[in-house]
Amino acid sequence: MIASLLMTLPEDVLTIGALVLMLVAAWGGQSSTRAISWTAAAVLVGATISLCGAASTGGEAFNGLYHADPFAAFSKVLIYGAAAVSILIAPRFFQRGAGEDLRPEYPVLILLSAVGMGMMVSAGDLLTLYVGLELQSLAAYVLASFMRRDSRSAEAGLKYFVLGALASGILLYGISLVYGFSGTTLFSSIATAYGAGHSLGLTFGLVFVFAGLAFKISAVPFHMWTPDVYEGAPTPVTAFFASAPKVAAMAMAVRVAVEAMGPATDQWRQIVIFASLASIIFGGVAAIGQSNIKRLLAYSSINNVGFALVGLAAGTQAGVASVLFYMTIYVVMTLGSFLVVLQMRDQDGEPVETIASLAGLSRTRPLLALAMAIFMFSLAGIPPLLGFNAKLAVFDAAVSAGLFWLAVAGFVASVISTYYYLRVVKVMYIDEPAPAFDSERSLVEGGLTTAAAVFVSPIGWLLLAPLGAWTLVAAKALF
Amino acid sequence: MTGFPILSVMLAIPAIAAVACLLVSANAARWIALLATLVDLLLGIGLWEQFDIGGPQWQFVESVPLFGRFGWSLGIDGFALMLIMLSVFLMPICIGASWVAIEKRVQEYMAAFLVTELLMIGTFAAQDLFLFYIFFEAGLIPMYLIIGIWGGANRIYASYKFFLYTLLGSVLMLIAMLWMVQFAGTTSIPVLLNTDFPVHAQTWLWLAFFASFAVKMPMWPVHTWLPDAHVQAPTAGSVILAGVLLKLGGYGFLRFSLPMFPEASAQLAWLVFGLSAVAVIYTSLVALVQSDMKKLIAYSSVAHMAIVTIGLFAFNRQGIEGAMVVMLSHGLVSGALFLCVGVIYDRLHTREISRYGGLAINMPRYALLFMLFTMASVGLPGTSGFVGEFLSLAGTYQVSTTITLLCTTGIILGAAYMLYLYRRVVFGDLTKDDVRAMPDLSLREVALLAPIAAVVLWMGVYPESFLAPMRGDVGTLVARIARAAPAGDSLPTPGKHMIPTSHGEGAK
Repeated sequence: MIASLLMTLPEDVLTIGALVLMLVAAWGGQSSTRAISWTAAAVLVGATISLCGAASTGGEAFNGLYHADPFAAFSKVLIYGAAAVSILIAPRFFQRGAGEDLRPEYPVLILLSAVGMGMMVSAGDLLTLYVGLELQSLAAYVLASFMRRDSRSAEAGLKYFVLGALASGILLYGISLVYGFSGTTLFSSIATAYGAGHSLGLTFGLVFVFAGLAFKISAVPFHMWTPDVYEGAPTPVTAFFASAPKVAAMAMAVRVAVEAMGPATDQWRQIVIFASLASIIFGGVAAIGQSNIKRLLAYSSINNVGFALVGLAAGTQAGVASVLFYMTIYVVMTLGSFLVVLQMRDQDGEPVETIASLAGLSRTRPLLALAMAIFMFSLAGIPPLLGFNAKLAVFDAAVSAGLFWLAVAGFVASVISTYYYLRVVKVMYIDEPAPAFDSERSLVEGGLTTAAAVFVSPIGWLLLAPLGAWTLVAAKALF
Repeated sequence: MTGFPILSVMLAIPAIAAVACLLVSANAARWIALLATLVDLLLGIGLWEQFDIGGPQWQFVESVPLFGRFGWSLGIDGFALMLIMLSVFLMPICIGASWVAIEKRVQEYMAAFLVTELLMIGTFAAQDLFLFYIFFEAGLIPMYLIIGIWGGANRIYASYKFFLYTLLGSVLMLIAMLWMVQFAGTTSIPVLLNTDFPVHAQTWLWLAFFASFAVKMPMWPVHTWLPDAHVQAPTAGSVILAGVLLKLGGYGFLRFSLPMFPEASAQLAWLVFGLSAVAVIYTSLVALVQSDMKKLIAYSSVAHMAIVTIGLFAFNRQGIEGAMVVMLSHGLVSGALFLCVGVIYDRLHTREISRYGGLAINMPRYALLFMLFTMASVGLPGTSGFVGEFLSLAGTYQVSTTITLLCTTGIILGAAYMLYLYRRVVFGDLTKDDVRAMPDLSLREVALLAPIAAVVLWMGVYPESFLAPMRGDVGTLVARIARAAPAGDSLPTPGKHMIPTSHGEGAK
């Protein structure tokens, strides 16, 4: 019991932290927001530190319900980091933008969501997985509608909730099928059942589970909620949605695919390949006509999930490592892009979201434009920016696994998405300046944007070797 | 050779200068850029001077395993040396050409040029497959911005076309690279050069590389980005585009397609020959009817690059050496021609040929230099163009007489459109008042054009200086591809060694 609790230390820290902070929020009220935000970020840092030791190498806790392995630890570092950033960037947005200050529930909800995500990536059992997923989702539904007086935000929350519930239903149906035909919900036993031979029920279960997972990672054809939710939710929340839950859902999908359904790789590979190519192509084509930067980034995230799935389709250890590698760089690029979006405020401090308002940014705010250009070129996968290495890694894994035509199709389709990333750069660098943005800077936003841009720039190459080695260690844990 | 990492320093100088340019005033940025490119030119001269002709194939080798799966490994052979020299030679001229023509956003412009220089040197010096790709591909970003920000009216369309065309070609090459690395287990280019890939795979790999290099080259029918990009780019952008970026395709064929996939190169040479022959005739005819000077020169570039490709795929020494000389010569000559266009564009702000005429009367110095470069473009003996085109066509003749016949018409057509251009711009009566008011070349403009003119003549009169560093490498390359060399249809008659009666039949 004690050993198990030690292995779940990050979740313990986060849960206790969230509950205590909720009480503080209840009594402290609005004025305690700033302190709670910083404390919540500190709790996330504490949870990250607690990953050292048993939480990353302990093995199985609670009789296999929970896995404390390097794979989970790697994903959690990303998740906690993205969650902390999402907390830190929020106060300014709410203070200036929505006319109402940030309420102290925001950091608490993010912490609870982080607990759920931790469970998702550590799950060793379909039910742990489901509980984690729901915990994460419920917190996220509230976050999406956090600006409750804003109709777009409320709509986003409702949409997210209805479609998310549907997805959970599909997933649960798949879980029940798998349970029915294998007699267990434990990953290791399910793998044995899949290895034992072909069973129509198990195959159906697999299809439904993957459909539910595809919903959560917003892969085509289960992506339709993404643009609306991303557009409607407050920008810091959108940044959060595009980063931490994406990593969690992707890591969860990888774990289910490899640990529980590893013997059925040939069956799920077709699903993954389809979802991957469809996401890459659809995410590229649909983004071309967008005029709202948040919607554009939503389609960009769909597109990126497609690339990460290329690594999963490989189904090998190198493939899993490449997914983690991809997600790491993706998270930095996406958070960076949203940080720039956050700094798009007109002279009254109201947030603006149209791509056209970025016009001539290179002359009004050269450094901000440079950062955004770096993120866009990186998302497009143009060397020497790190987004290129991410794509290289997943396609390398696919080619090594013999998925040659997937690599060809994926790479060629990536050219489509380059077009709209280029369009953003064109608007910023080539078009005549639009009215300048509010020039008031903030240390947190500026510092985080700079850090992300430097990470993605060629300077970040120095980190590639340790990062690659770490992802390999993490991926090894699943095989 | 020496312990001094000269190649890395040549890369570091423009990188540092680019950052510095962004931080200072417009005028200071100009001086920093000029200084940095001149220092790189000096280092380049040092490189050439230190280069050991007849020494090891790869010189100035540096290798640091920095980035996980692949390393920072640089090194050059004769081909790379010559192309690096071309880059560092043209770069200060480009900066000088933009000295007054570029008025807005000078800092960013200079930084973009310095980054371009860095990437070009890197491409030629990279000894690691992925490092090569990174330098090769990253060049898109500064060129996109150069065309997009400082280009002409239709610049946005041109910049998209340039970026997306070249990117599509390159991603296919990247997949081929992934496969090759997996097959050979290394990313080192010198090792891959001596790896024998299975013949059936070679065809696919070759096609993937071809997709990238053919777009960069550019070969017909994927050349259409070039006239757009050229017309819209500022003068210095055109010079760099024509002078060095177009050489990346040829360099790619030389460095990868030929030595790595000799069998596939031989099998598919008909494709290269066919496309080149079409390109020579078609684009020359198109050039003949252009009313825009830059477009005319751009189409002539496509025709000249086709001479490069046929020479490369001739599989013999003359062809390959000729192709290299055409590349160097075209880099200088077309760069100079774009500068010549830029000179009068700066005065009258139009590129319409019909708006000019009679410049020989009021701009004699200009007319003289323009004449020299026109002749070099036509391939007049004594200029660099002749040496390259003659060698290239002589090499091709041994393989395919028909293709040589077709491509040689390009020389005639080239003379036609270049002289026609020259006559319309420089000769005739000086009827237009605004043209009459145009002053002759300034000292700055002479200083830009004179060095190119000197090198063009040097290369035309004594090409040995340029051929010597490449001789050993051409030998290595020819030996490497000899096993796949196609039999020619030229039936050479080896005179003295045969008894007169079997003349002709004996060579069958």
